[in-house]
Amino acid sequence: MTHLDAGREEVIATYNFAYLDEQTKRMIRRAILKGIAVPGYQVPFASREMPMPYGWGTGGVQVTAAIIGPDDRLKVIDQGADDTTNAISIRKFFERTTGVETTTVTAQASIIQTRHRIPETPLAPGQVLVFQVPIPEPLRFLEPRETETRTMHALEEYGVMHVKLYEDIARHGHIATTYAYPVKVEGRYVTDPSPTPKFDNPKMHRNPALQLFGAGREMRIYAIPPWTEVVSLDFEDHPFEVQAFERPCALCGAADVFLDEVITDDRGGRMFVCSDTDHCNTRQDQGHVGEQQG
Amino acid sequence: MYVAVKGGEAAIDNAHRLLADRRRGNREVADLGLDQIMEQLSLAVDRVMSEGALYDRELAALAIKQARGDLIEAIFLARAYRTTLPRFGYTQPVDTGRMQVERRISACFKDLPGGQLLGPTFDYTHRLLDPALAGDAAPETPEVREPDTAPMMRVSDFLGQEGLLEPAPDAADKPVPDDIARNPMSYPMDRDARLQALARGDEGFLLSMGYSTQRGYARSHPFAGEIRIGEVELEIAVPELEFAAPLGRIQVTECQMVNQFQGSAKAPPQFTRGYGLVFGQAERKAMAMALVDRALRATELGEDLTAPAQDEEFVIAHSDNVQATGFVEHLKLPHYVDFQSELNLVRRMRAEAEVRDETRQEAAE
Amino acid sequence: MAETDFLSGGLADPVMAGQSAFRAIMQAMAEPGTVHAVSDCPTPPGGLSRTMAAVATTLCDADTPIWLDPSLAGNSQVVKWLAFHTGAPVTAESGDAMFGFVSDTASMPTLDRFAQGTDAYPDRSTTLVLAVDGFDAGQLLSLAGPGIESTRRFAFAPMPETFIDQWSGNRARFPRGVDLILAGPAAVACLPRSTRITSGED
Ligand SMILES: [Zn+2]
Repeated sequence: MTHLDAGREEVIATYNFAYLDEQTKRMIRRAILKGIAVPGYQVPFASREMPMPYGWGTGGVQVTAAIIGPDDRLKVIDQGADDTTNAISIRKFFERTTGVETTTVTAQASIIQTRHRIPETPLAPGQVLVFQVPIPEPLRFLEPRETETRTMHALEEYGVMHVKLYEDIARHGHIATTYAYPVKVEGRYVTDPSPTPKFDNPKMHRNPALQLFGAGREMRIYAIPPWTEVVSLDFEDHPFEVQAFERPCALCGAADVFLDEVITDDRGGRMFVCSDTDHCNTRQDQGHVGEQQG
Repeated sequence: MYVAVKGGEAAIDNAHRLLADRRRGNREVADLGLDQIMEQLSLAVDRVMSEGALYDRELAALAIKQARGDLIEAIFLARAYRTTLPRFGYTQPVDTGRMQVERRISACFKDLPGGQLLGPTFDYTHRLLDPALAGDAAPETPEVREPDTAPMMRVSDFLGQEGLLEPAPDAADKPVPDDIARNPMSYPMDRDARLQALARGDEGFLLSMGYSTQRGYARSHPFAGEIRIGEVELEIAVPELEFAAPLGRIQVTECQMVNQFQGSAKAPPQFTRGYGLVFGQAERKAMAMALVDRALRATELGEDLTAPAQDEEFVIAHSDNVQATGFVEHLKLPHYVDFQSELNLVRRMRAEAEVRDETRQEAAE
Repeated sequence: MAETDFLSGGLADPVMAGQSAFRAIMQAMAEPGTVHAVSDCPTPPGGLSRTMAAVATTLCDADTPIWLDPSLAGNSQVVKWLAFHTGAPVTAESGDAMFGFVSDTASMPTLDRFAQGTDAYPDRSTTLVLAVDGFDAGQLLSLAGPGIESTRRFAFAPMPETFIDQWSGNRARFPRGVDLILAGPAAVACLPRSTRITSGED
């Protein structure tokens, strides 16, 4: 009992800046540089156990922890919202371990860690968008074996993906993949955009921000540098298209944004509101009005 | 009027307070001491140490207490702490031949030098609930003999003398073993890395995988060559010293499975080995590990790959319970953005199907 | 120089210095040909530039074999300093190095002498850290590719011999190939293997 009482509480309380030890940070930093140099290629890295479970964003957290510094301002979103419980939890983790300022305003953030969305507000040069990725391998559900998919990437052999998409078309008349829709990066690697809705895919193309992807459990980091060509896979006769919503946001009236369906009563009542809470609030502050307010 | 949900932060804080309260339970019941957990739930402590990959009984006990007895949660706590510790160096390989043995049995021989030592085993207990344990009944003082410090030869060494058992891998072939905590795993793996992954693998998963090989999914004709439990000395080489410096002793369980093998294009008929080594007293885990290790050597030994337990990627990628529990449980995090995408798609496909049905009916009429 | 000088010259706050140096390198790698200041550099013995020393302490450790060009490898104070401050093992085989440090950039070995990675693991390649005098003189280059909106004009000096030809060979090996970190006075610029380089003067 003795050493626990006397020493450990103190030791536990003095974690390094951004939690990770410096050697781990260097290892992750090296992987990030390789990822940037080979856009869309999944760099293996010795992912660490983090104090939140695998699946809760440990890959994104490790990437953010390896890059963040005292001058940064961090924004964390989950499903596009700053106030979802896991976004709050991750934001608190960095507030506690780094003391950096946080923000909910997309334009004011230097690092944005995200799960499942890309903000509606266009990003600017110098910003870094960090994605939490569960399954980084876009071919995984077609071929579960890492040994096989690695060879496919090495040989640039992506026929299986096109076959899958074409089977969708044959069966449904259109591609039936709505999120984690595969992209090709700079004409070379087929890459998983993380489980963002395909609505967000066009935002990845020639984005002025640096996009970093961390998959903790699967131990992969990859990157898309600014201005990189990111093309959603499609066919000439069935071009890629994004989801369209019939009505604008009920709160701020925004069209051309991704909307959440909110169930308002038990009689089938529902309404559609922005998934990006910062975008919606900013528009409401600017005086934009949706049908609910109108 | 709809207002977006806020207050997640307060909700999280409240949940944490409620959790702490439920962990403690009824305040009129005495608080559980770490010494009680270490002494009286010692096999739970051992499991947390082995799958948490951190040999520290006190921290394992703390993790079990904090996790309300959920051992996978406790293993996760141990791992998350372990990962922040600086690494000073690597110990010398432990010599289990010099183990201070508390239990040692072999299923291959009736008797052998050093004898069969049952030790503290459940094996021949009748599984009848003991009402006396509901109170504080003092157990009888056990018979113990003077510790025998002479090395106890391993069964694998007897068999090896006759050349019937394949030799153990030569450490000189790979002087610096892999380190799965530091290097990303890549397939195919070397056996050293695979054994590391199995050593921290989930006991239940390995048990099922090992069991499957006994039921014909990659049958390997196993015999429990030897199981030994006891303390081994840990030493570290210090460049400034001529001898290895002792660090202390740890308790481990070792299982050497001996498997009959009819030979293949790659290897002659002989007995082959499956190996298990885990922290603490963890016989079930060590045995299951040895079965799975042997099954995963199929490619090396030129056997046909026919069963899940032989599939390295399948076994290793799914053996870690901290990873597995994280990914299974992450399904409870919000996924409503992707669900929205799927809702739209299913609605669209249903509408299209309806149109198709109507067209078909009209054509039929 | 005293026998134990290699012990000194480290950073007062290595955690923060490492973070800011890394961000400079990361931004430089993400936007090839842009120059990023590295302000908090260690003070290594003569022969190793302060910026190169900053790159070494930021990215190298016991897990990264490093290769030193002859003028660095021949400087025992530099070798000792790097060993003490990074812990990185030195390799004589350029093809085994995760990082290569070049102080004599004009006459360095050709890029194909270093680890190129494999088609399956293109990340298993050497990152080269080259000492340069600056980014405002030398042959004008035109850069294109990821991290560059259209094209970017860039120069560094001294430049390795036949650099443009060597680089087109490096680019042709993509996704295999080496990446360059150019260490100038208190600043870095990078050329990742994804960048296409042509002479900017025609
Ligand atoms: Zn809105």
